[in-house]
Amino acid sequence: MKKMTVLISTFALFLSIAATGFAADTIKLGVAGPHSGDLAPYGIPAMKAAQLVVKKINANGGVLGKQVELLIQDDQCKPEIATNTATKLVTDGADVVLGHICSGATKAALGIYKDAKIPVMSPSATNPPLTQSGDYPNFFRTIASDDMQAKMAVDFAINKLGVKKVAVLHDKGDYGKGFAEFAKKYLDESGKVEVVLYEGITPGAMDYSSIVAKLGRYKAEALIFGGYHPEASKLVSQMQRKRLKTIFISDDGVKDDSFLKVAGDAANGAYVTGPQDLSSIPLNAAATAEFKAEYGAEPGAFYQEGYSAALALLNAIEKAGSTDYDAVTKVLRTEYVETPVGKIKFDSKGDAEGVGFSVYKVENGAFTELK
Amino acid sequence: MEYFLQLFFGGLTRGSIYALIALGYTMVYGIIQLINFAHGEIYMIGAFVALIVAGVCTIYGLSGVSILILAGVIAIIYSCAYGYTLEKVAYRPLRGAPRLSPLISAIGMSIFLQNYVLLAQTPDFLPFPRLIPDFDFMEPVAHIIGSPELVILITTVVTMILLTLLIKKTRVGKAMRATQQDMNMARLVGVNVDRIISLTFIIGSALAAIGGVLVASYIGQVNFYIGFLAGVKAFTAAVLGGIGSIPGAVLGGLVLGWAESFAAGYISSDYEDVFTFGLLVLILILRPAGILGKSHKQKV
Repeated sequence: MKKMTVLISTFALFLSIAATGFAADTIKLGVAGPHSGDLAPYGIPAMKAAQLVVKKINANGGVLGKQVELLIQDDQCKPEIATNTATKLVTDGADVVLGHICSGATKAALGIYKDAKIPVMSPSATNPPLTQSGDYPNFFRTIASDDMQAKMAVDFAINKLGVKKVAVLHDKGDYGKGFAEFAKKYLDESGKVEVVLYEGITPGAMDYSSIVAKLGRYKAEALIFGGYHPEASKLVSQMQRKRLKTIFISDDGVKDDSFLKVAGDAANGAYVTGPQDLSSIPLNAAATAEFKAEYGAEPGAFYQEGYSAALALLNAIEKAGSTDYDAVTKVLRTEYVETPVGKIKFDSKGDAEGVGFSVYKVENGAFTELK
Repeated sequence: MEYFLQLFFGGLTRGSIYALIALGYTMVYGIIQLINFAHGEIYMIGAFVALIVAGVCTIYGLSGVSILILAGVIAIIYSCAYGYTLEKVAYRPLRGAPRLSPLISAIGMSIFLQNYVLLAQTPDFLPFPRLIPDFDFMEPVAHIIGSPELVILITTVVTMILLTLLIKKTRVGKAMRATQQDMNMARLVGVNVDRIISLTFIIGSALAAIGGVLVASYIGQVNFYIGFLAGVKAFTAAVLGGIGSIPGAVLGGLVLGWAESFAAGYISSDYEDVFTFGLLVLILILRPAGILGKSHKQKV
């Protein structure tokens, strides 16, 4: 009996050695984001992008002659889960990480990756301090930050729409509040516009009738909202119900098909900022075609950015010749790479150079880019 | 004044929905001293069933109000079935158990039902058709109180009157009151207590379903998670009014709705929840059993 136990444990030991032996032969790309829960539509496209990129690269011989292995973890966009996700990815030996998706979750997870010296690249976390604070030298992103987005929205409201009284609302989250704070700052700095209302609303509240009434009371000509589509659709529907003519301007978190679907005709006439339409870039069209061939549907939010991040990360490892942290981050900062969001490299803080925003208008239930 | 009225009616609408859901909490608590945490999920299921029925009806070319009534009725039947089954499966086997066990069972059912809808339906937000049309005669005051608010208020008032009649005037209502006062004594005088408890769950679920359908067609979206948030608020309303007391649940719902609406309107929506829960703490300090609740001496 005792011999048997020894035999089994020896065997088990061999197995575990063998497993680590195999593992060393792959480059591990961690992918973290919401793959379940109500924000899953923001995370799944980037995950699928990573899968497509890895499949293609592996078919062409991998990176540095090794196959790329995906480690996919769901963080549901929740900071408290994201820290677990990050710890799991670090323990599993991820070399680089694509993610996270939501700014709050990214912020929570970044410290863990920083301590483990793992470069992280988000396709969607636009909270400005993530790069601008300089706290996270291991962080990069393939999307422009919120302050650029807020600047765009404010310039548009002042110069194109010519409004004088603006209300600024946010959903109290990292992403929405960050956007709203910058919008308010730029509005105040312009000196041409009065910010009549600046408040946070409770996400998931049953309705927003009081805040909508307040918009009418302060005669706001435009509302700049920082947040995501569920609250945005509730706001625009209730504004329509109350016969308010206030122009609705929002951010990339609202530029999602769910907003069009849920808000219906109440969404018409709303403006949102979002990444520039990049369909004229050949790689971009190719990436979309690849997705359609595989899944038979339109890719969805942050697919191109996710695809670009996966390409940029794996390209950096290839050029650096190893998965060494310093070498990889140096390549990311110095060498250009062709991606679906354009030919990019990253500045000293981790923002992608040459990635920007456009304003979109909702017309007849679709987003139209305004040139 | 116009602004005050907007906030007043906004709070009234929200409060009456809270009240509809809070009634389910308070009735169940009154009879078996259980906080049915899965009650919010019944509300959510009501909204989902109505959405499915409305979808089917639209295919067959029915119009607004008739869909609303049909969807509402089917949602009520479905939710009642869920409420009945919930009690049978999760609470009845634990009837004699310590009070914590059914409470845990309730939390478990809440999580189960949420995830069931998430998997069976979708994690996404779904658009809910605007089943309540904009009435022409409401147009001059639409910026103060719109047609959906009016329909919600009328439906709630009618529902409350029917409920009061049921409890005060019928044999079943008498049996319910008897069971609430003393379950064993009620059993001794021939009341089928198990049936009365089932019935309480069914009535509570029907009220929640009505709330769910009304809210969904008012705000135009549903999601598997709406039940949890609404449930927490309604539970607060029930405690505020005095849990176990039926007029208390209604009063609690309205007080909570107005507190939220006026706090958001006159102070800041940043502190909406701070003020409402501050109010709850204040009321519970002054009246530990809630506004209309009676503190019972522990029966020995």
